Amino acid sequence: MAYKAKIRVTLRPSILDVQGKAVQHALDNLGYSTVDSVRIGKYIEVMIDEDSLDDARRIGDEICRKLLANTVMEDYSIELETIK
Amino acid sequence: MAEVTIGVVVFPGSNCDHDTEFAAASFPGVETRMLWHNEHDLQGSDMVVLPGGFSYGDYLRAGSIAKFSPIMREVIDFAAKGRPVLGICNGFQVLLECGLLEGALTRNRDKKFICRFMPVKVVNNRTLFTSLYQQDEVLNLPVAHGEGNYYAPPETLERLVADDQVVFRYCDEHGNVSDEANLNGSVDAIAGLSNKEKNVLGLMPHPERASDSLLGSDDGRRMFRSAIDYLSGI
Repeated sequence: MAYKAKIRVTLRPSILDVQGKAVQHALDNLGYSTVDSVRIGKYIEVMIDEDSLDDARRIGDEICRKLLANTVMEDYSIELETIK
Repeated sequence: MAEVTIGVVVFPGSNCDHDTEFAAASFPGVETRMLWHNEHDLQGSDMVVLPGGFSYGDYLRAGSIAKFSPIMREVIDFAAKGRPVLGICNGFQVLLECGLLEGALTRNRDKKFICRFMPVKVVNNRTLFTSLYQQDEVLNLPVAHGEGNYYAPPETLERLVADDQVVFRYCDEHGNVSDEANLNGSVDAIAGLSNKEKNVLGLMPHPERASDSLLGSDDGRRMFRSAIDYLSGI
């Protein structure tokens, strides 16, 4: 079975996101004064060919911990979709 | 003087490899080897340097892909045997990513790429890389980075400080460590860090770019000299 893993990697709340700050500042200049906070992360799509959803989830989790996220400063979440 | 062999790792995107090799080779009795990332052989190196640059284009995160290159497996084994490993700038990022050092580097606090000479204080001269410096000596070293903002969780930081693993801190020209002098926003103004055993050192400033007074400073020269003296048993 093929699974599409939609992976989101975000900086932990305690880490300053200077990129997000710069974008928030730009939005403020555009007049969007109600935009209180901007945090920028990464979105990664991975196709995984495994026998079951559980296996795909295990692989997704493993690649996040090993490479895709640096868990010292980043959190990640995985959403899996079955592809026919 | 005994022969000392210094290996400089070359990743795709390394750009301080030749400067580092030039600085190392300027000492009598030192031979250098360029170690391609795809190789498994440290070619008899007595010390390995991971140079600055943008290994693998800094894709994903600085240093994140370099940590899985074949040569890094050898470097990790080499470090585990207590042999000296020095990571400069991007090399520091690689050392953190591969777990030889603790913590992480993120974007500079003020969003800017910082490229200038900066005062850097030697806060631990009891390592093989810093033995020729005075304790608390202020060095003039160049930095050039966009992601040099060091971070470690509070409990890790406390342990690193207690174990004397902080080797360099950003400071002002008088040696005062302050928030203002800490240009990239690193926790505890950390500019350089070692492992617990002190045989692995990573730092954001570039000692190889300050290895000759013609370059504006030769304060980085003693970092190489300290390690070479250690390796040749002086």
